[in-house]
Amino acid sequence: MQQQELIPHLFRTEFTKITAVLCKLLGIEHIELAEDIASETFLSALETWSYKGIPPSPVGWLYSVAKNKAKNHITRNNIFSEKIIPQIKLSSSAVEEIEIDLSEKNITDSQLQMLFALCHPSISAESQIGLSLRILCGFGIDEIANAFLTSKVTINKRLSRAKEKLRNEHIKIEFPAAEEINERLETVLTTLYLLFNEGYYSESDDSVLREDLCLEAMRLTYLLIENEHTNQPNVKALFSLMCFHSSRFAARKNENGEIVLYQDQDESLWNQELIANGAYFLHQASQGNNISTYHIQASIAYWHSIKEDTKEKWENILQLYNRLLQIQYSPIAALNRTYALAKANGKKEAIAEAEKLQLTNNHYYYTLLGELYIDIDNTKSKEHFQHALSLAKTQAEKNLLMKKLKL
Amino acid sequence: MDEFILIFRHEDGMKVASPEQIQVWMKQTMDWIGGIAAQNKFSIGNGLLFDDAKVVWHNNVVTNGPFGEIKETIGGYIIVKAESVEEAVEFAKGSPVLQGDGNSVEVRKIAKRDGIH
Repeated sequence: MQQQELIPHLFRTEFTKITAVLCKLLGIEHIELAEDIASETFLSALETWSYKGIPPSPVGWLYSVAKNKAKNHITRNNIFSEKIIPQIKLSSSAVEEIEIDLSEKNITDSQLQMLFALCHPSISAESQIGLSLRILCGFGIDEIANAFLTSKVTINKRLSRAKEKLRNEHIKIEFPAAEEINERLETVLTTLYLLFNEGYYSESDDSVLREDLCLEAMRLTYLLIENEHTNQPNVKALFSLMCFHSSRFAARKNENGEIVLYQDQDESLWNQELIANGAYFLHQASQGNNISTYHIQASIAYWHSIKEDTKEKWENILQLYNRLLQIQYSPIAALNRTYALAKANGKKEAIAEAEKLQLTNNHYYYTLLGELYIDIDNTKSKEHFQHALSLAKTQAEKNLLMKKLKL
Repeated sequence: MDEFILIFRHEDGMKVASPEQIQVWMKQTMDWIGGIAAQNKFSIGNGLLFDDAKVVWHNNVVTNGPFGEIKETIGGYIIVKAESVEEAVEFAKGSPVLQGDGNSVEVRKIAKRDGIH
C-alpha cells in the first residue's frame, strides 16, 4: 500500500522538475511533449512499481526513465535535427550523447527560467496562473478546475490557448537580461501573489487543495529568494506577506467551512513558526529605498499577527492603508482602511468616510457599514447586514451574515 | 473625470509649531489623503520643503525664500480626480491646512492635453 501514497506525492514534485528541464532542453514550442514525457514516466512507474515494488531510489529511477523516454522521442521525431544539433555543434550526431541534466542545480535553474517564460508580459494573468499551476506546480486539470470553480473543458481551452501564445511569441526559456530583470520580476511576483490569493480566498471547499496552492506559491517565491539575481527586497516582502497570511490558515475557517472573522479567531491556532518567518523576511526586505505594495501589505499583516487591540496597532494599520491606497487602489483596501479608521479614530468618523466610498455592488461594503453602525444605530446596522445578505455569493458568507442579524 | 490640483497656501511658513502639533497635523493630513485615496480619487501629492528654498526673480536675481518679501508660502499640493470643481472643493474643505487662520487651499483644474485646453 505504500506506493499508493508515494506516487501522488512524487508526481507533483517530480513532474514539475522533469517538465521544466525537458522544456528548457527542447524549447517552449515542445512544452506539451515535455509534459507527455513526464506523464508517461509516471505511468511506467505505476506499471512497474505496482508489481516489483518501489525501487531503492525512486527519484533516480524516474529520472533515468524520463531521460530514456526523452531520447526516444527526440530520435523518433525530427526535434533532434531541428533543435538540438544547432545547440551542440561540437558533439557527434549520436543521440546517446545528448545530455539531459537532472542535477539539482539545473532543475532549479530550469524552473526559475520557466517561471519567467510563463509569466511573460504577453500572456494574460489568468493564463499565467493556469500554466504555472500546471507546469510549475504539477496540478492536474481537474484540480485547477476545482480551484477556479470552473470546468475541465474551460481550463483545457485556457491552457492550450496560452501554450499557443508561448509558441507564437517565440518566448525563450532563459533568465531575463540584467537590465530587464526587475521589470520582468514584477510580472512574476504579481502572478505568484495571485496564485497565493487563488488558494487563500478560493471558494473551493477542498481545503487541502487550497492550502496546497498557497504552499506552491510560497515554494516558487522561495526559489526566487534562493537565487542571487532575484533575491530582491520586494520578493522577500511578498514571501513575508505569504508567511503571515498562511499562519492563520487553521484559524480562519471553522469545521463547517465557515469563515471566522479576524476578531473571533482562536489565536492558539495561529502558526507561530510562520509568523516568525514572516517577521524575519519582512526585516530582511527592509533594505534599499524602494517600498513595494508587498512591503506595505506585509507590514499590515505583521500588525495583525499581534492579537491584542492597541491604539498603536490600529494607528499603524491605518497609516499603512493610507499609503497603500495612494500607490494602488483596491475596493478591499478601501474597506479595510475604513475599518482601521474606526479602530484608530472612532466609529463616527469612519461612518462618514464609509458613506463616501459608495461601493454599492460590494457586499463587504454593507457588512462594514453594518459593523460600524452597531451600538450607534442598531436599526441601520440591521438594514445594512440585510442588504449585504442579499448580495452575498457563497453559503459561508450568508451564514456569517445570518449570525450577525440574530444579534 | 478631470484632475484638479489643490495647492496649500500658508499664511506664514516660518511659524514654528510644536513637535506635538506637527505630529497631529501629519496624522490628520495622512488620514485626509488616505480618505481621498480610498475613494480612488487620489492622483499624486507632494510636500514642499522650506530647507534651501530659493526664489529666482526677474534679471536672475536669486533670493533665499520665499520668505520676507511675501507673507504667503506654498506648503505642498495634491492632485485629485473629480467629476467637477465642486467635488474637488469638497475634498479641499477637509484639508487640515485650513485649521490655520489665514491659510487657504487653491483649487485649479489641470489642463488636458486634448488640444482644446
